[in-house]
Amino acid sequence: MNTLASNAKPTSILYLDGVSVSFDGFKALNSLSFVIEPGELRAIIGPNGAGKTTMMDIITGKTRPDEGEVFFKGAVDLTQKDEAEIAQLGIGRKFQKPTVFESHTVWDNLELALNRKRGVFSTLFYRLTAEDKARIEEILSTVRLTNRKDDYAANLSHGQKQWLEIGMLLAQEPELLLVDEPVAGMTDAETTETALLLKEIAKTRSVVVVEHDMGFIRDLGVKVTCLAEGSVLAEGSIDFVSADPKVIENYLGR
Amino acid sequence: MITSFVLKALDRNIVWVTALLLVIAALVPALNLMTAPDHPLHIPTYIVSLFGKYLTYALLALALDLVWGFCGILSLGHAAFFALGGYAMGMYLMRQIGARGSYGNPLLPDFMVFLNWKELPLFWHGFDMFWFAALMAVLVPGLLAFVFGWFAFRSRVNGVYLSIITQAMTFALLLAFFRNDMGFGGNNGLTDFKDILGYSIQSNGTRSALFAASAIALALSLVITSGIVRSKYGKVLIGVRDAESRTRFLGYRVEHMKLFAFTVSAMMAGVAGALYVPQVGIINPGEFEPANSIEVVIWTAVGGRGTLIGPIVGAILVNGGKSIFTAAFPEFWLFALGGLFVLVTLFLPKGIVGTARQVIERRRDYHKARQAEAARALAAEPQAAE
Repeated sequence: MNTLASNAKPTSILYLDGVSVSFDGFKALNSLSFVIEPGELRAIIGPNGAGKTTMMDIITGKTRPDEGEVFFKGAVDLTQKDEAEIAQLGIGRKFQKPTVFESHTVWDNLELALNRKRGVFSTLFYRLTAEDKARIEEILSTVRLTNRKDDYAANLSHGQKQWLEIGMLLAQEPELLLVDEPVAGMTDAETTETALLLKEIAKTRSVVVVEHDMGFIRDLGVKVTCLAEGSVLAEGSIDFVSADPKVIENYLGR
Repeated sequence: MITSFVLKALDRNIVWVTALLLVIAALVPALNLMTAPDHPLHIPTYIVSLFGKYLTYALLALALDLVWGFCGILSLGHAAFFALGGYAMGMYLMRQIGARGSYGNPLLPDFMVFLNWKELPLFWHGFDMFWFAALMAVLVPGLLAFVFGWFAFRSRVNGVYLSIITQAMTFALLLAFFRNDMGFGGNNGLTDFKDILGYSIQSNGTRSALFAASAIALALSLVITSGIVRSKYGKVLIGVRDAESRTRFLGYRVEHMKLFAFTVSAMMAGVAGALYVPQVGIINPGEFEPANSIEVVIWTAVGGRGTLIGPIVGAILVNGGKSIFTAAFPEFWLFALGGLFVLVTLFLPKGIVGTARQVIERRRDYHKARQAEAARALAAEPQAAE
């Protein structure tokens, strides 16, 4: 379909081509194609119902597309795998609503997320090694939760839960991180901090951020893809995209 | 590996309850067998058997707590695993009767002679050996749970739908076991047992030994379950209970996690059933009644879901209450049970043990806060003096 996309396939970290999916006749994605390069930080914007969350569901194996191709690192066909397999391949996902294990401590949340063997028996007889301990402490300081490590996740503030979830994704050591509205409900200070945190993370891995907050997107200063009605409307720098008349009509103008 | 697993299992409460169970396992038989019937400390045999039965119920409730309390699987069919374990033991006890049955057939149990069967069905072979029956009491429920869970969890059947199909499972088994040509004695079930491992099933010694075995099995299962829920696997299990999709997106195979807990739990229920049958002297399809499984849920809820000790307390209290109540006002028991469930759900959602723990924790936090305050005031004083 898209020749540009086809050429990019072998070197890309994430490659979507002509992906469509409909629910009860409603076309949530309509021949969506885009490519994420290794090490890229990409922001995705778009009005409600543009298909942002559906796109994430397809990449992470929760929903199967009706048609189209989804490849990870140019070779792995993601449409044939389920959530657990895709997570183990190295794709992490942060939900729109912060989703952490509320009845576990911050420390246990990170311990569970740590990229170790996931089987029944390897977890049953797991012992915390010095190496794992060091890694968890490192992540705790990255997401600024060191002094709350023994608190239950349920007792964290909204922003802290968001960070804990980002910390869990880091512990998973993914090559590609999908982040759904990381700053929703955060204070301005927290938003700025989160932008710094994501930029830090993107130094060592690819990150896709879905966000509504234009200020935050500007803070990130990266390539932006605008979705509408299930396909790409415009792609480029934030100034280029926000000057596009179609984008203004569909999204910014409303 | 195993030692660290056991060490992690033993927090203070678990140690206390395990020790208590082991003391009871030794003390109750001693008081029954070694004191004269008119001695003030004598425990009559019927009480030994009654409490032995409660202990097997407690084990069943503990098994349910592993899946319901820690993994969020509300199984309304756990009595089926219990009954299957009971049937395995019942088959062994039937084979032990031998030629002492009313028809005097050395090989065939009475009900088969009555149905004019000529030879022992294939699946009754091997049950003349205790070890085989004991193995089957664990393996058959475990296998059923494995197959059932494999399909249910792989298809992501969750919540109330899962509860309903577990009810359907136990109801299907109830209907199957009622049929005479299933070869399990139809609606009369298996009864008239004579002896177990060569000892008369009626004797005081055997009754005491069965009581002790039940207490020890419960203590052991408590340590094992506690080890499971305190391991990293147990934490994953709680993760599945509270945020299933998060667990999945972290890369855990949720269906495998659930399947392991469900199978282990069914095996424990099977052990409980196998210990129950020789103490009550009968097993019949009535044990598969859907209402039985629901009662187990009530015991667990009353004692405290997700506390391990709670279900044990709940099973003993509710069944003790049932024994007293059904003797005094038999027609009101079901109302009392229903009322109890409503009251616990409304006023003690964490159950007896869960609520007690909460109160203790709150008090501890309060004391801690007061101590910290006092320390701060003390530290501030010298400065104020200057």
